[in-house]
Amino acid sequence: MTAVLEVTGISKRFGGISAVDGVSFDVHEGEILGLIGPNGCGKSTLFNCILGQLTPSDGEVKVDGKVVTGFRPSDLNRLGVSRTFQLLQVFPKLSVRENLILAGQEHQGSMMSRLFGPSDAGLTEAADRMIGFFKLDHLADEAAGGLSYGQQKLLDAAMAFMGGPRLVLLDEPAGGVNLTMLADLRERLAAINREKRATFVVIEHNMEFVMSLCSRVMVMAEGRVLAMGKPEEVRANPAVIEAYLGH
Amino acid sequence: MTGMAKYWRIALGAIVIAGLIAVPLNFNRYGLFILSQWAVMTIAAMGLNLTLGYAGQVSLAQGAFVGIGAYAAAIMTSQGMPLISALGVAVVVCFAVGWILGYPALRVQHHYLAFVTLAFSTLAFLVFRNEDWLTKGIYGISNIPRPNIFGFATNRPLPFYYFCLGSLGIVSAMLWWLIRSPWGRAFQALRENPIRALSLGIDTRRYTLMAFAIGSALGGVAGTLYAPLTQYVDPVPFNLSLSLDLLMMVIVGGAGFFFGPFLGAAIAVLLPEWLRFTQGYYLMLYAIAVILLLIYSPTGILGVLDRYLAERRTKTASALRAVAESRL
Repeated sequence: MTAVLEVTGISKRFGGISAVDGVSFDVHEGEILGLIGPNGCGKSTLFNCILGQLTPSDGEVKVDGKVVTGFRPSDLNRLGVSRTFQLLQVFPKLSVRENLILAGQEHQGSMMSRLFGPSDAGLTEAADRMIGFFKLDHLADEAAGGLSYGQQKLLDAAMAFMGGPRLVLLDEPAGGVNLTMLADLRERLAAINREKRATFVVIEHNMEFVMSLCSRVMVMAEGRVLAMGKPEEVRANPAVIEAYLGH
Repeated sequence: MTGMAKYWRIALGAIVIAGLIAVPLNFNRYGLFILSQWAVMTIAAMGLNLTLGYAGQVSLAQGAFVGIGAYAAAIMTSQGMPLISALGVAVVVCFAVGWILGYPALRVQHHYLAFVTLAFSTLAFLVFRNEDWLTKGIYGISNIPRPNIFGFATNRPLPFYYFCLGSLGIVSAMLWWLIRSPWGRAFQALRENPIRALSLGIDTRRYTLMAFAIGSALGGVAGTLYAPLTQYVDPVPFNLSLSLDLLMMVIVGGAGFFFGPFLGAAIAVLLPEWLRFTQGYYLMLYAIAVILLLIYSPTGILGVLDRYLAERRTKTASALRAVAESRL
């Protein structure tokens, strides 16, 4: 199996505090890796280091064998690495469809060709397909800021897929989403993973969601990797129970 | 529904354009001067609306770019060069300077950015006033000729007004295109959520600089029209208060609305004329009107309209839903 993402010895220190401390792991093509751990254990900081939103203090990130440490998020995104956010991150005044076109447009041609090309960058159809896929049809022309929290979460996820990414990092996609919508979201993610061979890393606190969606689970505690393995192995690991599940 | 709304909008646009062409036919010299000034200021305000309204980058330097354009036109056309070459120089210089002025915006935002651009505004004014060899300092440049457009002289007020109106039409069409293009969407993404934009592959640095550069270049375009309009250029009109006026035009009209600058400039340029009868009280009344407007609607005049239309849409939608439910 080829590794889409290779993380080697990533550390991030804020002053004297190590938020992430020498984390290494690989993510294989087509897999869904769950990332769990108690609040404040460094999951989101790790994401931000991988995605270039923060510069790691140490270590190296490779995507498809290419070193991308310190790349800007926009450059990484155009290499096929996409993400969703823990807190809502949509463009509230733009319609749902415009949000999705925006999410894909930078992957179409060059900046100059986009200026003189069609106003939708040729993406209306793709956006509408995505809208249908995430069951947001009746909301296509609504301003994204007017959607419910759960619907905005779905839109946020849909936006991450518009550029046809190879690797998607999802930061708590299920947080605050109701049960029906949650089942929908899990099914959508699994379908995209199957059909597009997209590789996911998912931070999530909802254990049932993680255990049923992910092929492997990595557990972090206090900035380090505590355990890594199949969901059932991790669940049975005494150290994990001690640090996290037992609480 | 939407089809009808579209026709109404086209009809309204046609009436306004016809009015702008036909009504001033029997205006006197002064009336035409005011209307030409409106067209010129609208262009400058549209540039600021791109930078501020769409891309969300505060600038207090738009007046300085109008000044750069005006001086380019004054210096070059009084040497016998055609206005179009001055336009080219003004656009290139303002684009380049605007691009450079955008760099602070990559580090600071909001009122901090306002201060940086304010400093630039002051700097430009000092150059206009002190560099006598280029700008003739406080004496200014007089006898600026008006251009010939395709062989038509625009010396008289009416042809020059049509020249300004035509320029406004061309700039509007280009900006409409830009706003609707993927670039326009990316500019709005800068305003709405720069962090998310970055994670979607949007090169926020390049778009920020572009928003400054294009907005500033439009200030330069307005300036190249301003010089032949007044036929005399000195530093005073391009001090900080012009930048503040332009900022107010954008805010009052409705920042981020395409037609906001048209309305804002109309109010800023025409209202003083209508309030002339109040003599000394004009500025006070103007200030009170602006304060009341911004308390009632922080999003400007078009913001009021937008809220009204949105409310009506929601009402229509819920009425339709109610009808649909009652049929079940």
